[in-house]
Amino acid sequence: MAVDRAQGSGSYGSSRTVLVASLVGLILAIIGITVLIDKEGGQKLLASVYDLLGNAAGAEALRNGQGDQFFAKLLLVAIALLVGVGGIWLLFTSLSLLVERLRPSIRDRLLPLIFIAPAVLLLGIYLVYPAVRTVIGSFQDEAGAFTLDNWESLTDPAFLEILRNNILWLLIGTSGSVGLGLLTAALFDRIRRESLAKIFVFLPLAISLVGATVIWKFVYAWQPPSQPQFGLLNAVWTAFGFEPIPWATQFPINLPSEMLILIWLQTGFAMVVFSAAIKGVSSEIIEAARLDGASERQLFLKVIVPQIRGTIVTVTTTIAIVTLKIFDIVMSISGGRNHDDVVAVRMFAEMFQFFNDGRAAALATVLFIAVLPVMILNLRNFRRQAAM
Amino acid sequence: MLDSLPLRISVLVICVLWTVPTLGLFISSFRNPQLITQTGWWTVFLHPFEQGWTLQNYEQVIGSNGMGEAFLNSLIVTIPATVIPITIAAFAAYAFAWIPFRGRGVLFILVVALLVVPLQMALIPVLQLYSGLGLYGTFVGVWLAHTAFGLPLAIFLLYNFMSQLPRDLFESASIDGASAFQTFIRIVLPLSIPALGAFAIFQFLWVWNDLLVALVFLGPGADVRVMPTALFNLLGAYGGAWHLLTAGAFLTMIVPLLVFLALQRAFVRGILAGSVKS
Repeated sequence: MAVDRAQGSGSYGSSRTVLVASLVGLILAIIGITVLIDKEGGQKLLASVYDLLGNAAGAEALRNGQGDQFFAKLLLVAIALLVGVGGIWLLFTSLSLLVERLRPSIRDRLLPLIFIAPAVLLLGIYLVYPAVRTVIGSFQDEAGAFTLDNWESLTDPAFLEILRNNILWLLIGTSGSVGLGLLTAALFDRIRRESLAKIFVFLPLAISLVGATVIWKFVYAWQPPSQPQFGLLNAVWTAFGFEPIPWATQFPINLPSEMLILIWLQTGFAMVVFSAAIKGVSSEIIEAARLDGASERQLFLKVIVPQIRGTIVTVTTTIAIVTLKIFDIVMSISGGRNHDDVVAVRMFAEMFQFFNDGRAAALATVLFIAVLPVMILNLRNFRRQAAM
Repeated sequence: MLDSLPLRISVLVICVLWTVPTLGLFISSFRNPQLITQTGWWTVFLHPFEQGWTLQNYEQVIGSNGMGEAFLNSLIVTIPATVIPITIAAFAAYAFAWIPFRGRGVLFILVVALLVVPLQMALIPVLQLYSGLGLYGTFVGVWLAHTAFGLPLAIFLLYNFMSQLPRDLFESASIDGASAFQTFIRIVLPLSIPALGAFAIFQFLWVWNDLLVALVFLGPGADVRVMPTALFNLLGAYGGAWHLLTAGAFLTMIVPLLVFLALQRAFVRGILAGSVKS
């Protein structure tokens, strides 16, 4: 151990080796970054390589947007991984090793800063600065002058409809997912092949919301009454003698249809968390309740649920936030054009359809204000649970 | 009601209900395009051999509708966007957990507070930044964006894990003369692999399935389009072409479903670490 300590600072070679290695790494990283930033970077680099290898035709094709585009992209990925991961490691390693050679008082203050610097830098650029900028932007018009117009536009009926929709999403989407999650967790807890069964409910979580929307649009598919219904729901519906309904597009049934898609997905998340929480309830309490003559339903509602209350709050707030920010489903199913518009979709429209950044900023801020209290509840509950 | 027949039937019904929509999509993607809209996919169970089973839907959607390229683009976007934030977050989480420094508490609270900020707040200014720098529609732009957006959760999760490592580990390491850096590399990182792995799966699925960030920063251009964007475009342009939509949608799901099935235990562990005190 004494030997280790003596070798501690010298175990990676002299300061000079570290410096040289760092410089070489730095140069390579800079080359890598210039390739990455250029939109045609991968193609140009590969073309140059081809030129060097004497494959002039391949190089020519690449520069014209044909040829081995795929390999050019792969090259880009390789460089990205090298610069992104290797570069970060190099940065941390060399800086740490250099700083270690300094006096302990300086070293101990500098090292942690090195460790957190990339994270803090990225967060500042991508979250802190933009958040502030967006709030400011919500008070600005096209020319940058102060205006309340953007916020005023939030009082017109179109926006009130949007607000109504988000509230419906919040109430129905959350309660549906949490309720079904509790139900499935409780039911599955009692059967033998529990893990297998859980997979079926859990699987949709892996699917993108766009994909889920396609799946359910197919289920909701509508054909005029004279034609065969290939959508599952209408096939069953017409079998009972009713007229087929455009579940996915007709207001107001389209709203719960869309929410069902989210519930289908989020129930799995809720179920998994509740399942673990239920198993964490002490068996003594359960046994005692059974001995007291409680029925299974009473056991569940009056004993288990109160015990896992913290978890219920966590899951509810997490899903609530998802419903407030809902975008993919509404965007894919209708773009918000069937009276089902929501804040996030509207914001997207303001940005890319109407080019009204001010109003988009106001909408983003509305989302922020809506999500904030729910998030705080979530975090506080989490910390309370962790402290228990 | 313990493991009785009604219970088992209810469980079976639930599992079937949950699987049926995806099953319908999967089966239809292999059917003859005309048949898909003429007869329900459930009829395949009654007439399994009159369906005109075909791979042409997949061929078409991969080739002419750009799903093949979108698949590659998704891989290109997702892999760095998963690996890079983990690296950066691991270093930061370790410092927050085990290296005392001035302002550590306040800074950490600020980082976690960023969890509250919806990414919609970041879109407009960052897009303006990117337009100025020429990063719109580039992979680099979307890699950096996904990395930054994933950092608050990554740091939060990794911090929770690392801070629970036993203190004696660090004490004996410093007695042995190891620097903070060496402790990180040789002790903390290997022990943190479960947490790193769990977050990696989250981030992978999140980035692969993301629509909003891809639409805003990458755009709909065919050469950089990722799978959710391509599927979204398909929905818009070919709303009634179910032979394409079913095949296309299923293609977007293969990788996440496989990743998920193979690694679901780690995934579940990750979710629980963030939601339930174990």
